[in-house]
Amino acid sequence: MTTLKADVAIIGGGLAGCSTALHLRQRGAAVVLLERALCGSQASGVNYGGVRQQGRTLVELPLARRSRALWGRMAEIVGTDCEFMVSGHLKLARSEADMAELEAYATQAADWGLDLQLMGRNAIRDRYPWAGEMVIGGSLCADDGQANPRLVAPAFARRARALGADIREHAHVTHVEKGSDGFRLTTAGGLEVSAPVLINVAGAWGHEIAARFGENVPEEAISPNMCVTEPVPYFLEPNLGVVGGDLYMRQIPRGNIIFGGGRGVSDAAAQRARPEPDSALTSFQRAIEVAPALRHVQIIRNWTGIEGNMPDELPIIDISRTTPGLVHAFGFSGHGFQLGPAVGAVVAELALDGRTATAIEPFGIGRFAQAPPA
Amino acid sequence: MAAEPPVIVGTGPAGTRAAETLVRAGLRPIVIDEAPASGGQIYRRQPPGFTRADTEVYGFEADKATRLHRAFDGLADRIDYRPNTLVWSIRPDRMHLLRGGRVNELAFSHAIFATGAMDRVIPFPSWTLPGVFTLGGAQVALKYQGCAIGRRVVFLGTGPLLYLVAYQYARAGARVVAVLDTAPFAGKLAALPALLARPGMAAKGMFYLGWLRSRGVTVASGIRPVGVEGTDAVAGLVWRDDAGREHRTDCDAIALGFGLKAETQLADLAEVPFTWDNLQRQWLPERDGWGRTPVGGIYLAGDGAGILGADAAELTGERAALALLQDRGPGDHGQRVAAINAELDRHRRFRAGLEAAFPFPDDLARSTADDTILCRCEGVSAGELRRAASELGAGEVNRAKAFSRVGMGRCQGRVCGPAAAEILAAALGVPIEQAGRLRGQAPVKPLPMAAVLDTTQ
Repeated sequence: MTTLKADVAIIGGGLAGCSTALHLRQRGAAVVLLERALCGSQASGVNYGGVRQQGRTLVELPLARRSRALWGRMAEIVGTDCEFMVSGHLKLARSEADMAELEAYATQAADWGLDLQLMGRNAIRDRYPWAGEMVIGGSLCADDGQANPRLVAPAFARRARALGADIREHAHVTHVEKGSDGFRLTTAGGLEVSAPVLINVAGAWGHEIAARFGENVPEEAISPNMCVTEPVPYFLEPNLGVVGGDLYMRQIPRGNIIFGGGRGVSDAAAQRARPEPDSALTSFQRAIEVAPALRHVQIIRNWTGIEGNMPDELPIIDISRTTPGLVHAFGFSGHGFQLGPAVGAVVAELALDGRTATAIEPFGIGRFAQAPPA
Repeated sequence: MAAEPPVIVGTGPAGTRAAETLVRAGLRPIVIDEAPASGGQIYRRQPPGFTRADTEVYGFEADKATRLHRAFDGLADRIDYRPNTLVWSIRPDRMHLLRGGRVNELAFSHAIFATGAMDRVIPFPSWTLPGVFTLGGAQVALKYQGCAIGRRVVFLGTGPLLYLVAYQYARAGARVVAVLDTAPFAGKLAALPALLARPGMAAKGMFYLGWLRSRGVTVASGIRPVGVEGTDAVAGLVWRDDAGREHRTDCDAIALGFGLKAETQLADLAEVPFTWDNLQRQWLPERDGWGRTPVGGIYLAGDGAGILGADAAELTGERAALALLQDRGPGDHGQRVAAINAELDRHRRFRAGLEAAFPFPDDLARSTADDTILCRCEGVSAGELRRAASELGAGEVNRAKAFSRVGMGRCQGRVCGPAAAEILAAALGVPIEQAGRLRGQAPVKPLPMAAVLDTTQ
């Protein structure tokens, strides 16, 4: 049996894990990353691709702001821009109550440095002639955008590897324990890793790793349902959302429109997810209401993935309360793509320094009542 | 599980015989088909009002076509027939349908997929120019609407269909300029003993070849296409003969195909496992000696379960229906299935002969030039796919698709998939089966978003 020794072992090759590996290598730590399938093959790779700060819970904004700065330097950080575009994020109101919510959020978010531009019905019509009758206003965050999720985690993994990280794909961790000499991990393929520090960035499976160290958290698997259309002439510049979150939609310069809403079905244990046709059809209806021209467009693909969701829709980013040397970052509740680059920076700081300057208190693992180990 | 009426998808030779067998057992199957009339691709019927005789449309196969159409028409009041209907997705207990521009659902417990086959395509320079068609497409244009794809047509590729369609075009009055086969002549000679498993079919093949030659059509074996010429449309084809000499043939249309591939999207979405088939050089859904898949209630018949041809499809259609009846009980159909399987052995030997006589030219696919468009839906070149492997680390086709967009467009890789797998395997230096299988995704064909709207809107 081969035993690898490292300063830090990482479980999970999603965007958070790959970014952590890269940031740790930038500071010289020896890193082994173990990914069960391929880097970015779950939620990090099949998500919608929105890079937005607007609409985030206010306590998430410091982390989102830090991540946005990293997105702006993506080509420099990983060698490719991952098709990141600052297209703006436009959140639409479909009722007066929606508009009031946008106005309240804009006021609060300003305190956190987020610049939002509110628009009423006429302004929306003038600027976005594609908008349907039911759109009565909106809020634009010009600084937000979108990127190609299929490219991002693998790009971080490649760069981390180029800097010397040992990234193992198809390496399913079957056993993990902490002994007197640190953490020992064993994979299904017979690889053994020993390291004084362990990072749990296992996404929808993060709670399983946490539970092995006596930390039980109510993480659930969710499967956002996604569709993409055939390419049509480019007309939809901003990444779109709606108050209530039941539709999100963006168009890439090639012309395809990607939109999501509703849920697919998944079996996290079997790592299998299937899109739900009824969810797709419901989102067709909502998309056509927001942009009526879409009634002339065809869908060419429908998909979903497996994402970890917390009851308060905030991730866990924290140092373990039970086990020194263990750091958790999982349960991103649909926010992990935009946050991912900064999560890696923060986790690397927690791993090496035991603290970070970014406000992560709201993401503490202690906020959930801990059931006694079974 | 409550036994819903069995569902048959497809009304070609396999679907028709499956329906007939279920009706004979006293069931009233739901029969779904994308086309407006039964017959499948091979026995596709003319639109209403067209009056060509069957012998004119189907040639030597006219008797079979007539018999199959009559068999289907005779079932009319004993089946729930739904033409013009696409099954766009499937769940374990429900199919999702598109008909008349509207979506609806169909609960089911047992289904037979008789989804047929399509041409295998290999890209080469300028194959995306208007005027280049698949062989199957060229044949459909002729059979269905009595149209030719051009006035001066070159037939390029390999397989028995190449000679058949060329013959049909010439008979219909189109000018067949050349029939260019990538398979070497020697291989055809060597395959002759196996082809004699079905002497009638072998004789027909010889007849087409002789007939074309006797009318002065250039027929060449062992050729390699160099590229299509033309700016806005096909103006000619450059190709190399088996001695390496380059030729230029004037033409305004090219029909191309390199054998057939099974249409397996529904089996894939129903989560039937696939295995690599070395003889047919494609991934095929798993099925037992009755046509049962490992997924309960899902049965396969016809070329959609592996290419065996139209006559075998009639047999496997009946067989899948018998498997379904056996599983729903009562009754034992083992004897008839054994007889069908004995008959299918002959078809399998013949198929092995065809694969030897007309091998898929994987070397041609693998040598696709970097700047040639591979995925025409997304406009991705062969070089971009190779770069996904060499620079981005894609180790199999689904990863390569994610990185390069090959196979991500309207056709979902149905057209470029086989060539893409060959190119990727060569780039990775692995056997073709290790390049993996492109996973299917719903919808099976593009789905109009307006399908959810009320007709009044």
